[in-house]
Amino acid sequence: MATIVAEATGQAILHEEHEQSFLRKYIFSTDHKVIAIQFLIYTLFFLMIGGLLAMLMRYQIAWPARGQLPLGGIFPESMVASGYILPEFYNALVTMHGSVMVFLAIMPMLVGVWANYLIPLQLGTHDMAFPRLNMLSFWLMVPAGILTLASFFVIGGAAGAGWTLYAPLSARPDLSGVGLGQIMWLAALVFIGLSSILGSVNYITTTINLRAPGMTWMRMPLTIWSLFITAILALLAMPVLSAAGIMLVFDQTIGTSFFLPEGGGQPLLWQHLFWFFGHPEVYILILPAMGFTSEILSAGSRKPVFGYKAMVLALVSIAFLGFIVWGHHMFQSGMNPMLGLTFTVSTLFIAVPSAIKTFNWMGTMWRGNLQLHTAMLFAIGFVAMFAIGGLSGVFMASTPVDIYIHDTYFIVAHIHYVLFGGSLFALFGAIYFWYPKMFGRMMDETMGKIHFWLTFVFFNLVFFPMHGVGMVGMMRRIYDSTGYAHLQGIEDSNALITWAAFGLFASGFLFAFNFFWSLKKGRKAEANPWNATTLEWQTPSPPKHGNWEEVPVVYHGPHEYSHPDVEDKDWLAQNERPDVVSPAAGSH
Amino acid sequence: MAYAATAGRVPERGLDVYTQKVGMWVFLCSEVMFFAGLIGSYVVLRFGAADTWAEPGAVLNVRVTAFNTFLLICSSVTMVKAFAAAQAGDQRGIQIYLLGTTILGATFLGVQVYEYTELVLHQSWQGSHGFTPAAGLYGATFFTMTGFHGFHVLLGVICLAWATIRAWRGHWGADNTHGIEVLGLYWHFVDLVWIILFTIVYLI
Repeated sequence: MATIVAEATGQAILHEEHEQSFLRKYIFSTDHKVIAIQFLIYTLFFLMIGGLLAMLMRYQIAWPARGQLPLGGIFPESMVASGYILPEFYNALVTMHGSVMVFLAIMPMLVGVWANYLIPLQLGTHDMAFPRLNMLSFWLMVPAGILTLASFFVIGGAAGAGWTLYAPLSARPDLSGVGLGQIMWLAALVFIGLSSILGSVNYITTTINLRAPGMTWMRMPLTIWSLFITAILALLAMPVLSAAGIMLVFDQTIGTSFFLPEGGGQPLLWQHLFWFFGHPEVYILILPAMGFTSEILSAGSRKPVFGYKAMVLALVSIAFLGFIVWGHHMFQSGMNPMLGLTFTVSTLFIAVPSAIKTFNWMGTMWRGNLQLHTAMLFAIGFVAMFAIGGLSGVFMASTPVDIYIHDTYFIVAHIHYVLFGGSLFALFGAIYFWYPKMFGRMMDETMGKIHFWLTFVFFNLVFFPMHGVGMVGMMRRIYDSTGYAHLQGIEDSNALITWAAFGLFASGFLFAFNFFWSLKKGRKAEANPWNATTLEWQTPSPPKHGNWEEVPVVYHGPHEYSHPDVEDKDWLAQNERPDVVSPAAGSH
Repeated sequence: MAYAATAGRVPERGLDVYTQKVGMWVFLCSEVMFFAGLIGSYVVLRFGAADTWAEPGAVLNVRVTAFNTFLLICSSVTMVKAFAAAQAGDQRGIQIYLLGTTILGATFLGVQVYEYTELVLHQSWQGSHGFTPAAGLYGATFFTMTGFHGFHVLLGVICLAWATIRAWRGHWGADNTHGIEVLGLYWHFVDLVWIILFTIVYLI
């Protein structure tokens, strides 16, 4: 079997330890595990950058007239002048916070890190289908990151037209005041798109063709299902954004007018193209998180996932519906009301599979033997926060309600409940859960639990009040709210949010400290510290190059916890032979 | 679910298709969406400003491009012949047909460069000299769509040239056809896209 896989991957994978130069082993590595760790370091760095941008924004929102930005002197005069954040810089902060978090932090952390790490390990194969393509998909992210960081320091500053890049604002430097920065960001976006497409080709092909013997579709862990579906979404949505982004670059550089009305172009076309990508993107950002959560909840409750097939079908239907709801971002853009109604209905449908998943998570935990370790706490936190974010999503799916709350902080609250309370909580959970497999050591539980509770409390203090601020009518990208009559009296709320945001940012450093401290000082992890069932736990921590001495053969479904026929333990690994484990096999 | 029902039955592995071929099909799905984005935008923009489009043949040289289209279709035929020769283990056939495909692809690019040069330097557009990407939506969509197609042809020609060099070194044969088949999939896709583009950009 091993030779078949080795042939299929097009690589001769040697099972004995062979010597590789440092450069081949850690920098230009084709090992999916090393690439995943490269992505992890990269995305954690950009998570911090994105957070830092948000802190600057929050300072400005809470105290718009105060100035006196701490350490304001280290910024160039074009960004912060005598302690005041300049409006142009604030636009860049808003734009780049969203862009960095979505494209350079959360998305590559969900997919680049975990699809790379888990797909070969959980499917029981030696590596990705195309290891060199995999390496390329990481190294394409490097110029994207450099362009993004460098764009802050060019004339005109970084992109400032919002992460949605609505034309004509984004297409005309004379309107936004940003020229080169905008182009650099679009160039970065093309690199990211290419990286994401190549990655998706790898993930999809590996899942289709390189599963271990016995790993049928309906025995794949839900993490793999979610990453597989996500890869399909990215494969079909990213090229549309790339095409649109290239047209926008042409508008800025070579005098075309695709999105400029004065040349006959159509600004609305940009919105359609962007959201045709953008809404599947929303599910790219949440589906993997749902997969990790299912897996952690099942292991942490010592019970099989409640309704495995329903969970798979819900993933598939969310992904399908995700392609036909993009218009709900455009209710205010001038749309035929009949068409708006269609998008309202299709959007409301998504509540059904989402509710199936939420209730199934609760069903998984129901009367389980709950192990409240840090990863489990984050997974439970995910379910709670996703429920709130999902419910506020139903509000804005409805056109009449959306017209009222459109472009306010209510939307900001919603997106952060699903993207931070949802995706990022699940990502923290995933890191705590798979860290021992990745690095062979456990993260510190005490620090982890403190990190969870600080994150949970501060997160809700930051984003729950935003619902109220948004209902009052505070606009989501506003530089200074003090000049508006209808926004009098929300200063205290804004100050509270900002203080809590500082706390949230600070608690991230506890995580970072724990992460790096545990690399050296963490307790040594055994192969299967959580007594989990999926294949990655049945190989040493960390797995060697090539993952397996011998390709595992799969006999069971993915989450066989507390099986009635297994007496001596409460879990059954996917590759345990039935005749060895249980004499009662076949008696049903 | 009862234990016995989940216990191992017939071992299952992937599709009965080799991995590189699956990968190429998956990649082509992505390419379809890329060109769908460009072509969809073209349709929307053209319907929104139909009066700014020139009559077919008035600006673009349909005859030269029709000949070019013929070349590209021929190159798909030689590609098929190269794959058939590889399956049959006919070394001479592999070399000749791969070389033929490369030359036809490169000629297509050459004609496209000639066409662009003529348009930019000598074609008049709405009273001014030169038909460029800045010449209204007509010019913008024309150069963007045919340009990205040309870029795909260029990548294909580079891969074909590499495959041809390998053919002379005896790399391909009846036991080694995968590379030619996968490259052929890409090449036929590029050909198919061109037939659509030729129809909507030049003929209607």
